[in-house]
Amino acid sequence: MSLYNEIGGEGAVNAAVDIFYRKVLKDDRIKRFFDGVDMNKQAAKQKAFLTMAFGGPHNYSGADMRKGHAHLVAQGLNDSHFDAVMEHLGATLAELKVPGHLIAQAAAIAESTRKDVLGK
Amino acid sequence: MSKVVYGGQSYECGESSVLDCLTAHGVAIPSSCRSGVCQTCLMRVVEGEVPDKAKAGLKPTFAAQNYFLACSCYPEKNIEVVLPDAGLGKLDAQVTGVEYLNADILGIRLNPSRPFEYKAGQFINLFKDATTARCYSLASVPALGEALFLNVRKVPGGLVSAWLFADLKAGDTLTISEAAGECFYVSGQPEQNILLIATGSGLAPLYGIIRDALLHGHTGRLSLYHGSYNADGFYLVEELRKLAREYPNFTYMPCISDGEVPAGYAGGMVLDVALADHPDLSGWRVFLCGNPNMVNAAKQQTFFAGASMRDIFADPF
Ligand SMILES: Cc1cc2nc3c(=O)[nH]c(=O)nc-3n(C[C@H](O)[C@H](O)[C@H](O)COP(=O)(O)OP(=O)(O)OC[C@H]3O[C@@H](n4cnc5c(N)ncnc54)[C@H](O)[C@@H]3O)c2cc1C
Ligand code: HEM
Ligand code: FES
Repeated sequence: MSLYNEIGGEGAVNAAVDIFYRKVLKDDRIKRFFDGVDMNKQAAKQKAFLTMAFGGPHNYSGADMRKGHAHLVAQGLNDSHFDAVMEHLGATLAELKVPGHLIAQAAAIAESTRKDVLGK
Repeated sequence: MSKVVYGGQSYECGESSVLDCLTAHGVAIPSSCRSGVCQTCLMRVVEGEVPDKAKAGLKPTFAAQNYFLACSCYPEKNIEVVLPDAGLGKLDAQVTGVEYLNADILGIRLNPSRPFEYKAGQFINLFKDATTARCYSLASVPALGEALFLNVRKVPGGLVSAWLFADLKAGDTLTISEAAGECFYVSGQPEQNILLIATGSGLAPLYGIIRDALLHGHTGRLSLYHGSYNADGFYLVEELRKLAREYPNFTYMPCISDGEVPAGYAGGMVLDVALADHPDLSGWRVFLCGNPNMVNAAKQQTFFAGASMRDIFADPF
């Protein structure tokens, strides 16, 4: 069974998106990156992010991740912000009582995008 | 630099949207909200491709047919565009009544010239002329068989609102579009609590939604907060107080942000008052309409208070 199915598929993404996005928007370290984007549209992007981290179906390449975050890198996006997002991902899954070994797998997928997201 | 071809002419767009580019060159393209909401500026791309952002919010069938919103389209490549033959259909509507709901808000009742499907809380486009339209929300409820009911706030120097205030009388004929928008009541969870917050004429869609929900036998709480600077800014007060007496699950609280607070009113900013009464919104549905600053702050605050993103419906205007 794939990680995505084991975590709970689209249902898990839907359950996670509110919790995850609430954490991100409340975090003074990173919330500025999410300013000025319509919340509902942003929520759709958070879903894309979570689906990806859960190993679910998506069409994003490394180049897409690079391009999609380039304007944020220009605003100073760096490792500390990436770490903050990783923190919220882990905490969200823990809150949803996802078993630790699955959280680790999701974190590894997200971690693998670090270079592209940060444009290194 | 990408070019936009329209009507056999080529235009340099630079950093501007297709809508701004064409109108700056004197081409008349219908528009209204200029922010990707009302779909008045619908166009079709016949050569080349537009960015996905220009299709956000369109029905999948429209997007698949290369329709896009000119106000939200910043082309990355050369494109050729046309005005659509489809889009929200237009129709005539006869004005059956015009009344001042308060000094600044006009109630307009309309009788559409053909059968008209809508949900309370959706909006129509009202045309001043072929290319000038504005969105107005529907405060009427279809199942009650009422005339379409609009609440138009007077905007100083406003093209369409000032025109309506100056001229409109019963018997006139107006051109409107079919109804659109996502801000309406969906039945199926009658026990869910609903918080509704409005400023000014943002009450219009909520007045429709509340009565629609009650008509559907909604049993959860319907908690309405209407904000204004002073007591003169409210309207439909008697109607709402009467509803609150009839339906114990419906409560209405007019909130005054500035100045004297008579009995029966709350003092403070409408969002603050609502959140103080309802600090935990987990599981609630939320409707937010009116002043964009209030609506955007309220989206975030109600989400932080526990409402799920997909349960928050908003029309900023
Ligand atoms: C989904 C939706 C629903 C809506 N529902 C309602 C409703 O139920 N009731 C309601 O009253 N309104 C509603 N609105 C708002 C409505 O559509 C109009 O925006 C409003 O009536 C103002 O239109 P207007 O033509 O009178 O003013 P406009 O001419 O559009 O002017 C608006 C403001 O901009 C200023 N302005 C205009 N042109 C310029 C310029 N070139 N440069 C700088 N400033 C300028 C004007 O002075 C004025 O302050 C809704 C909007 C949306 C998007
Ligand atoms: C942890 C690895 C990350 C992954 C896998 C990831 C993935 C994604 C995806 C899939 C999108 C949607 C793209 C689209 O469809 O347009 C997106 C958008 C976005 N991401 Fe990330 N992201 C990551 C880290 C971050 C970080 C660290 C930040 C900032 C703190 C961030 C901020 C954003 C913002 C603001 C958008 C929306 C961009 C816009 O539309 O303006 N992301 N991300
Ligand atoms: S003017 Fe483009 S969607 Fe309203």
